[in-house]
Amino acid sequence: MHDTIEAHGAGATTPAPASPPSTSALRRLGRALAPLPWIGPAVILIGAVVLWPVIEMVRTSLLRISSSGATLGNRGTGNYRDLFDESDLVSVLLRTVVWVVGVVLVTIVVSLALGQLLNARFPGRRIVRWAVIVPWAASVLMTALTWKWMLNYYYGIVNKVLQGAGLIDHPVNWLSHPTQAMMWMMWVAVFVSLPFTSFVILAGLQTIPEDVYEAARVDGAGRARTYFRITLPLLRPSLLVAAIINVINVFNSFPIIYAMTGGGPGSKTDTSTTFMYKLAFSGSGDVGESAAMAVVNFGLILILVLVYLRVVGWRGEAQS
Amino acid sequence: MSGRSTPRPKDRAGSGDGAFARRAKVAILAGVGYLVAFVFIAPYLEMALTALKPDRELTKSPTTLLPEHWDFANFVNVWKAAPIWKNMQVSLIVAAVATLIALAVALPAAYYTARHRFRGRGAFLLLVLVTQMFAPTALVIGIYREMVALDLTDTLFGLILVNAAFNLPFCVWILHGYFSSIPKALEEAAYLDGAGKVKALVRVTLPLSLPGLVTAVIYTFIGAWNEYVVALTITSSPDRQPLTVAVPGFVTSYQQHWQYLFATSLIAIVPVVILFVFIERYLIGGLTAGSVK
Repeated sequence: MHDTIEAHGAGATTPAPASPPSTSALRRLGRALAPLPWIGPAVILIGAVVLWPVIEMVRTSLLRISSSGATLGNRGTGNYRDLFDESDLVSVLLRTVVWVVGVVLVTIVVSLALGQLLNARFPGRRIVRWAVIVPWAASVLMTALTWKWMLNYYYGIVNKVLQGAGLIDHPVNWLSHPTQAMMWMMWVAVFVSLPFTSFVILAGLQTIPEDVYEAARVDGAGRARTYFRITLPLLRPSLLVAAIINVINVFNSFPIIYAMTGGGPGSKTDTSTTFMYKLAFSGSGDVGESAAMAVVNFGLILILVLVYLRVVGWRGEAQS
Repeated sequence: MSGRSTPRPKDRAGSGDGAFARRAKVAILAGVGYLVAFVFIAPYLEMALTALKPDRELTKSPTTLLPEHWDFANFVNVWKAAPIWKNMQVSLIVAAVATLIALAVALPAAYYTARHRFRGRGAFLLLVLVTQMFAPTALVIGIYREMVALDLTDTLFGLILVNAAFNLPFCVWILHGYFSSIPKALEEAAYLDGAGKVKALVRVTLPLSLPGLVTAVIYTFIGAWNEYVVALTITSSPDRQPLTVAVPGFVTSYQQHWQYLFATSLIAIVPVVILFVFIERYLIGGLTAGSVK
């Protein structure tokens, strides 16, 4: 079946058995190289710009790098020892877990409801869908800056609204308290993750055929029962993919924290991503130690990627 | 979408009661929907309202929601306050060229892997699937070191390469999915009509894969347009920085021009939102192909 296209080309005109062995070897080589013009450029671009940095990063984590970026020689595992000696590392890693798990869980639960809403029929649904898309299209950095402005101690609209509603007595300097800052930044992370996630769930909902629900109705299943017994299980593939893509995105999320608190005060609102960046590019930055942190982060992401491959059911050549 | 314009028998039998309950349900859904829409739009409304306030109103405490004096001149003055025209050009060139490169490289690879079995096909698709999960943020230290080694820091070419390469796997994946779903027989019919391989691809397969193409283009363009961390790390001259890196410069310890920051943000965001709204319909199809498959 897979040779139909070649059959229309040169392959069909030359009978294979009649050709001498040297030509057939040449032809085999030709066939092995045939995909190159088609997939070669992609392999080169991915290799040179996506894979090279991975190798460069691992290599750098073993080097002594001066603050001006010059290589001063090998350092063995010294950068990793420095990293594990950082007094903030443990709290940063714990915070990263809370950040990722909290943001992704809330995002998925809210998106399940949102997907259902966007799939329901009501006048103006189109406009609601467009509105939900907006934070996806907008730059995360600019969205984070708006929230930073809205949370401003003196001039922010959030304090004014909450005070007007009687929820707080005095204006609160939200972003200077680590815990409150973290809660708000997690909300912003949820806010920018909702559009993609709810659209994945919406897409999943639309693949469920109407007659499945019809059958459930005939069987006298109630609403809740139908949802938990039919809708949710059928959404499983979309949910798993959404979960993993979100975990990776939220883990790598940089602009929200960098723009809103800069990870401060100190490292009290850093996740391992912003911490890694600050190790290299703030003050007397140490690119080597930062690379060690990056390798640790990257190892965690690789584990997630393996989980993802299992989830999408990668079966090598069988995939089509 | 499955037209339910004719009422179900049960509803007709239930007379006014059922109809009322149904109408109430739609009204509640719509109410919740508009509330949700407002929540999603609100930060950008605040962005617009702040962009229209004069300087003195920004530092008024407690703040007002609406500007007392609507200062539309902010949108004119912002072009003089900083070289944002230059930054916009950078953003546009980087996003456009990166999208072109990603598409030009992804198309043949996606097409060939969808139409042919060959040695290394599985390995190639695995490479694509795995690198799809690699974010520039996680690799920024490595990217920075590579750009230094290649002497590409502070160049548009460096930014273009990074944006093209990191969005390429997604483009290959989505296009591969689309090409695979188009029956080969359609192309073979074109061969019988005397069309060559390339002509069959351009005339038959590409038009049918339009939703996938649109998704890939928009995804790459918006990804590059909004990219922040790599640009922040490898560019340093103000006239070679994209908008995302330039915009925060309006609010530093030396100056606090939130109105300019938000005016520029809106200038950057509005065209992209319009673009996104246009492809909303394709988006759902694209996501179905990308995630459920």
